[in-house]
Amino acid sequence: MKYVDEYRDGRLAGHIAEKIRLEARPEQQYAFMEFCGGHTHAIFRYGIPDLLPDNVKMIHGPGCPVCVLPVPRIDAAIELAVVHKVILCSYGDMMRVPGSDRRSLLKAKADGADIRMVYSCADALGIAQDNPEREVVFFAIGFETTTPPTALVIRQARQQGVKNFSVFCNHVLTPSAISTILESPEVRDMGIVPLKGFIGPAHVSTVIGSQPYEYFAEEYQKPVVIAGFEPLDVLQAILMLIRQVNEGRAEVENEFVRAVTKDGNMKAKSLVADIFELRPEFEWRGLGLVPYSGLRIKKEYGFYDAENRFSLIASTGRDHKACECPSILRGVKTPKDCKLFGKGCTPENPVGSCMVSSEGACAAYYSYGRHQQALNNQKG
Amino acid sequence: MSANKRKYTQSLDLVQGKVEMAHGAGGKAMAQLIEQLFIRAFDNPALNVQSDQAMLALPDTAGLASGKIVMATDSHVISPLFFPGGDIGSLSVHGTVNDVVMSGAKALYLSVGFILEEGFPLADLKRIVDSMAFAAREAGVAIVTGDTKVVEKGNGDGVFINTTGIGVLPEGLELSTDQVRVGDKVLVSGSLGDHGVAIMSLRENLTFETTIESDSQSLDQLVARMIDRIPDIRCMRDPTRGGLAATLNEIAGQADVGIQLQEEAIPVKPQVRAACEFLGLDPLYVANEGKLIVICPKQRADELLALMHDHPQGADAAIIGEVFEDPNHFVQLKTSFGGMRMVDWISGEQLPRIC
Repeated sequence: MKYVDEYRDGRLAGHIAEKIRLEARPEQQYAFMEFCGGHTHAIFRYGIPDLLPDNVKMIHGPGCPVCVLPVPRIDAAIELAVVHKVILCSYGDMMRVPGSDRRSLLKAKADGADIRMVYSCADALGIAQDNPEREVVFFAIGFETTTPPTALVIRQARQQGVKNFSVFCNHVLTPSAISTILESPEVRDMGIVPLKGFIGPAHVSTVIGSQPYEYFAEEYQKPVVIAGFEPLDVLQAILMLIRQVNEGRAEVENEFVRAVTKDGNMKAKSLVADIFELRPEFEWRGLGLVPYSGLRIKKEYGFYDAENRFSLIASTGRDHKACECPSILRGVKTPKDCKLFGKGCTPENPVGSCMVSSEGACAAYYSYGRHQQALNNQKG
Repeated sequence: MSANKRKYTQSLDLVQGKVEMAHGAGGKAMAQLIEQLFIRAFDNPALNVQSDQAMLALPDTAGLASGKIVMATDSHVISPLFFPGGDIGSLSVHGTVNDVVMSGAKALYLSVGFILEEGFPLADLKRIVDSMAFAAREAGVAIVTGDTKVVEKGNGDGVFINTTGIGVLPEGLELSTDQVRVGDKVLVSGSLGDHGVAIMSLRENLTFETTIESDSQSLDQLVARMIDRIPDIRCMRDPTRGGLAATLNEIAGQADVGIQLQEEAIPVKPQVRAACEFLGLDPLYVANEGKLIVICPKQRADELLALMHDHPQGADAAIIGEVFEDPNHFVQLKTSFGGMRMVDWISGEQLPRIC
């Protein structure tokens, strides 16, 4: 497949892996965080850990939009469908994410709620136009990549005078999440997470550009390499990070030059700024309340804000006590540190959000990487 | 069954639980429903083997003491009813014929049960029935008994069809996962994912243009040729719902082995790969309706492959992997990128009502 196979070439992968082996200093430990779930997925799907020396480790970050949504927001979405009887349109990944008492959209659907899986926000607007007698709500989630399409559809809904459509907005921002991780005591003081650098987001960076990461490189002295989601991108970025560490540099480098510019997509950014504004704070699973990390719909477009249109009960639902998703999302623990992993919590019956999406660290580890754990057990 | 006890993290909630779409998706949820509800209730040796078909010994009085009959059933709820490469009628014949012939048997008879929705155009029903008749003639089976029910408008979706097939097994032939041995080779008869992608291209909200057609076909001729020449084939399965991944995980579990695949060897058409790429799917999990997986002794693999290549239904056949010893029953894949990964069961549903 053109423009895809080139980035999955096993021979080239072998060359880069060889360079990594040669350049990684045996006395040095290299721990890099890939922020994005897309990278986590690629790392496991293509078996990248097999190509890395033992002293180069990847820590999986919180960049999976499904994983970071806290229980109360899932509860609210279920409430919209069950209590307010709207047609709730959701991306497929959200369907199995557990809310309070292991309830999920999928279970609510089996109980009779009208919940529909869509591939885009525009499909949800189409469903609203086809069902003028029903209230239709789009369950908007995601980082900077999915925000512009939501903004565009809200604008279209107003232009076309669609009255029965609204958006339950859960869009969040990448840079504030990275700041929170870097500010966390585990990284700053305790050294529990020996973070040496970041693989910067791929698709998010096509929108926001490479410029926002300069602050992290400078302020926290951590190298950032923005990389695409193909396996060769990831491997090349790891090599570039190793070189920065070896040379004592902490810069923003862009491996994903075929799609990312310094300033990003100005048109998308201005569209988002037109429709959305910052929330003073937003709750993340794993990171807690993060200041200025989420978006809400501006007053001017408030008619399309599902949180205005329906009075939602503030849920106090919390994560399952034994679930380590919060620590895993901060990179403090790995999936196999969790007591529930593979026992009480599997992709069929997820307890925590990281086990749901294929971009979640637990699901990726369970579906693609379990053989390594078995191998280690045999060795040990 | 005892080996399966710990396979599921939660037991099926038969008090509060509800049927979810995943219970029909070919993954673990479906396997669990079958094991913990159906098999427990209907418990008998022929069923407990959990193959796609049941092998039944004939009572002595039939005068065929050594022969075995094979029986399989399949319900079809596909949406849309008509799709590139077939329709619900031809599919309902192919699906059941394939389930019968995967045991090595010759399929002889089919029954058909129609559940029709009030208001469904008879012209469409005629198209479907004609297509069934043609598919049955091609596969050399006779549709010998049937049933028709009509439900009120809104209580069905046009047409649902159940078919049950009966075949006879040549004497001495015994294909089963019990025969699988470490070192055996795994072959596939052709490209994967065609059926699922053809159906997806027509789905509401998902319409995209493609030249891909469903691979729906009866594999009776290919199978007859294979078992005639290489009777020591270990076992065969058709990778329908849940795709290659589900079928191989099923085999690995039943045969108490592990399987390692070579990604580069697995045939997938470029159009299917492209569609899977933008839909975020993995072709190894996408359904097929005219392909088979066969496991055979290592030393017979090349001969079997050549034999399959000589038949149009096996023109793109390939040796894709090997059987290993593995108490975990893992199916693993050596990626073309150079790493290893697991190929687990599908979780949840990839796309409902594809067959």
